Amino acid sequence: MNPIASIGRASLGLLRAIGQVTLFAWRCVLAIISPPWYLRQIGRQLLSIGYFSLPVVGLTAVFTGAALALNIYTGGARFNAESFVPNIVGIGITRELGPVLASLMLAGRVSAAIAAEIGAMKVTEQIDALRTLSTNPFNYLYAPRIIAALIAVPLLVLIADIIGVFGGFAVATQSLGFNGPLYVKNTIDFITGWDVASGLIKAAVFGFIIALMGCYHGHNSGRGAQGVGRATTNAVVSAAILIFAANYMLTSLFV
Amino acid sequence: MSKNPKISISNLHKSFGSKHVLQGVNLNVDAGKSLVVIGGSGTGKSVLLKSILGLLRPDQGSIEIDGTQIIGLPPRKQEKIASKFGMLFQGGALFDSLSIWENVAFRLTHADNMPRKRAKELAIEAMARVNLSKANADLRPAELSGGMQKRVGLARAIVTRPQILFFDEPTTGLDPITADVINRLIREQVTELGATAISITHDMPSARHIGDEIAMIFEGKIIWRGPAQDIDNSQNEYVDQFVKGSATGPINLMAG
Ligand SMILES: Nc1ncnc2c1ncn2[C@@H]1O[C@H](COP(=O)(O)OP(=O)(O)O)[C@@H](O)[C@H]1O
Ligand SMILES: [Mg+2]
Repeated sequence: MNPIASIGRASLGLLRAIGQVTLFAWRCVLAIISPPWYLRQIGRQLLSIGYFSLPVVGLTAVFTGAALALNIYTGGARFNAESFVPNIVGIGITRELGPVLASLMLAGRVSAAIAAEIGAMKVTEQIDALRTLSTNPFNYLYAPRIIAALIAVPLLVLIADIIGVFGGFAVATQSLGFNGPLYVKNTIDFITGWDVASGLIKAAVFGFIIALMGCYHGHNSGRGAQGVGRATTNAVVSAAILIFAANYMLTSLFV
Repeated sequence: MSKNPKISISNLHKSFGSKHVLQGVNLNVDAGKSLVVIGGSGTGKSVLLKSILGLLRPDQGSIEIDGTQIIGLPPRKQEKIASKFGMLFQGGALFDSLSIWENVAFRLTHADNMPRKRAKELAIEAMARVNLSKANADLRPAELSGGMQKRVGLARAIVTRPQILFFDEPTTGLDPITADVINRLIREQVTELGATAISITHDMPSARHIGDEIAMIFEGKIIWRGPAQDIDNSQNEYVDQFVKGSATGPINLMAG
């Protein structure tokens, strides 16, 4: 066991993986911008990625907003700044927690589902069958999922923003003694269009990551049930890590 | 053998890691003929078909369809060549999110841009040719038995009346009676369409039924080839052992 050799091997493996993901992503982008476009598939994916994720995203947002309000209240009280609860809840949710937490939940739900479905198609030769039927899986399977995620995730995050702010509002007015109309006014006066928009840009990037990781790991799934299981796990873990990394990079661009 | 084979394979090699699966396959099939490739499990029969279909890229060698080299063609040209092919996969490979008729009509609706109404008519016509009633058209693959799924796969392969048909273990996993039905249907379709066919099997009754000719693959090469009626007098001890299904002979699985 030569330690330098094993470091070298690991680095080469990482570089190879990055190269493969980049090439795969590039082929997906080409498929997105060039025909044929399968509208029926896009519609189907919008429904399963977008609509059916509403409960998960809504519940995540409402509890996060509520807990955030409590923490800011406690922290703010240490230097008599309790009144900033609406402002900081608003900024925290729209710029950071709405996009990141909603996307992490979607990584669990959507990346996993995509990887499992495409992995199962791979091991049952359905991907091969597609190609023998003169249909490119990048156009038929991957592009519709990525397009749907690019549309659905920002919309879901917008809804998460509203529900998250509402969660903070509910706690603040019910147990922290805030005045309802004043809380709403403070929130609206304080949050800028850019706070919301920057969060939605993040959401679009995260949506791309979520669908891409599902497709990539499904497409490269190993053989058998074990291969599909591993593809699913890898899709969720890699999507989550890439979301955190992209979040940091985008945040440092946006501040 | 004629001078212009429909499919011409020469010196085909394919490895996976250190596993040298195809080690120089040479095989020609004349237009309108049905060739059956027999061989043990894991000898590379499916890899051979997938190489011809352009699903796997061989490491070395040549595959010509109608005299055109197809290895390394760009994807668009590959798709064009694929439109000459019909393929029945080993496990059926039906799309489980689509209905039966959408499966059968897939190429028509997705690659040929045919209106769905017309495509459905053609799909139901193809289903009738393999004895599948119209009542199944709107069911999902999971609702059908294994034998019916095979017939759906067959209908999907023949719906566009392709010039070249491939069948990968069409009868594996079926009871003998259903297997016989599938064999008959395959023979009928090949004759009726005048198509060139390559089938893979390790089921001898199926091989005799489907093939005009039989070739045997062993250790990555074609070791015997001849008319189907000669299979019992091949003068080849490997073929004899395979046909008789005997554990003793030159092919030793225990040692591997
Ligand atoms: N995509 C692949 N990756 C790695 N190994 C493969 C792949 N496809 C086939 N093989 C290996 O090649 C050998 C031949 O497989 P196959 O052609 O499926 O056999 P069969 O003759 O039973 O159809 C097997 O050992 C199999 O494990
Ligand atoms: Mg096989």
